[in-house]
Amino acid sequence: MVSIEVRGASVEFPIFDAKNRSLKKSVLGRAGGRISEQKVPVVEALRDVDLSLGQGDRVGLVGHNGAGKSTLLRLLAGIYEPTRGRASIKGRVAPVFDLAVGMDPEISGYENILIRGLFLGMNRREMERRVDEIAEFTELGDYLNMPLRTYSTGMRVRLALGVVTSIDPEILILDEGIGAVDAAFLEKARDRLRDLVGRSGMLVFASHSDEFLVELCDTAIWMDGGVIREQGPLRDVVSHYKGRDVFENLSTETLERLERQASTG
Amino acid sequence: MAVPALARQDADDPAPVENAPSPRSWGRAFADIRAGIAQRELWGHLGWQDIKQRYRRSVIGPLWITISMAVTAAALGGLYSQLFGQPIGTFMPYVTVGFMIWYFISACVLEGTETFIANEGLIRFLPAPLMIYVFRTVWRQILFFAHNVVVYVIVLAIFFQQLDEPYTMVRNNPHAITHPGLSWWALMAIPAFVLIVVNGLWVTLLFGIISARFRDIPPVVGSFMQLFFTMTPIIWTTDLLAGPDDGSPRAIIAVLAKLNPFYHFIEIFRAPLVGQVQSWTHWAVAGGITIIGWTLALIALRNYRSRVAYWV
Repeated sequence: MVSIEVRGASVEFPIFDAKNRSLKKSVLGRAGGRISEQKVPVVEALRDVDLSLGQGDRVGLVGHNGAGKSTLLRLLAGIYEPTRGRASIKGRVAPVFDLAVGMDPEISGYENILIRGLFLGMNRREMERRVDEIAEFTELGDYLNMPLRTYSTGMRVRLALGVVTSIDPEILILDEGIGAVDAAFLEKARDRLRDLVGRSGMLVFASHSDEFLVELCDTAIWMDGGVIREQGPLRDVVSHYKGRDVFENLSTETLERLERQASTG
Repeated sequence: MAVPALARQDADDPAPVENAPSPRSWGRAFADIRAGIAQRELWGHLGWQDIKQRYRRSVIGPLWITISMAVTAAALGGLYSQLFGQPIGTFMPYVTVGFMIWYFISACVLEGTETFIANEGLIRFLPAPLMIYVFRTVWRQILFFAHNVVVYVIVLAIFFQQLDEPYTMVRNNPHAITHPGLSWWALMAIPAFVLIVVNGLWVTLLFGIISARFRDIPPVVGSFMQLFFTMTPIIWTTDLLAGPDDGSPRAIIAVLAKLNPFYHFIEIFRAPLVGQVQSWTHWAVAGGITIIGWTLALIALRNYRSRVAYWV
């Protein structure tokens, strides 16, 4: 059973500047007695977050830059353990954050697929079985033999999405940035993501794109200054956040598709 | 289905206590180690990748590791055997083996301090047990080491005659120790290497955690390792110091050498491979350091495992 339970969780980063981040300060500071009261400054990226997500949840994450979206995603992915409160994550997590990270620019696309898959808990044999499928989905063809540094941003997005969607994760965590692919691929990725979410588990998706949010998510969380400002149905939350109804600007084509999807399932 | 990456998350929650779940628990620390071991395909691959990466687009690739080791051994072995008046036939293998294992040990220490810092990108963006970075670092050193074993085999083939019979390392010293020469005891080098690897793991883990928090540690460790290289009998031998314990500077150096932890680790590995007499005290000291070191490393893992992602 897939679930994420977060109770009163805070994430605080100690900020060590060049001076603080040395042994000298702690050793000398301690020897000097009381002066060491001056602590390392702390940035509170998340404060008292309560969240409960279950199977089938498709959550969009909105908020201004620096509101804590990415930190929340990393908390949900289990990368950061809360400094206060608790977070328990059950299910196989597949995160896609900054696309350049976790990918080695010097090795080929194939090898990156393999390493990414291993990181996500697959074994080598399972990944080798999936490589063809990923190659087909990403449409990268012979490019997969080239070092990753020769790829454009869009091609990297394709690769990353290809891997995470191929391994059947139970909890898919996507950070903004997947907008860099072209419209045709977007269509394909969207279907695949929908399919994936419908099949297995949970999606948490941070994005500024109305269209993406509307297509993939049904509820939303509005982050502001490290706290959850509002949580509820997508349309309400995003409309409050943006100050206008998000469905207004959507193309009729998208609306029609949404309607079809709503009626079929 | 066994999903190693999940071990950590699953183990998170043995008994759901509403308000007091400490990330500092032995359960989670050991779960991290178990999950790390389970993901051996991952760190195995990453370790190989590191080596291939270093020699990418070079024609003979990782063979350079072997060649540079051979050059070092030949040059220093040749030079110092002349300087110290030691027979080259026994001194060359001695230096080769000493260098081989010193490279391994010092690389574990030096790259151990960088292990989490260097993997910062991965740690902050992918959920994975910390131990995979430790295993990756040590595994890379084992692969380097394997390349250097070739040099030992070559040197052994050349100087087998001199090593196969009893010999002394030093000429003209009445107190010089007579070594028995090669025998099946050489196989003791295998458990010795295993013990050294086990120590490489705690060193990497402990120094990695400390260095992630205090960025002064890597350069400090770097300069200490320089010092230790000189103080450890690698290009010189304690046989030069043999003699009565008469309080002379020579005798004092002999005592100081024994206080150097690296000496004991080198000795348990080197002595069997070059057919030298070996004292069991080296094994005792090495074993003691293993236990103390792992205890400290486990405490660090328990207390600071969840902090590393914040520090890097």
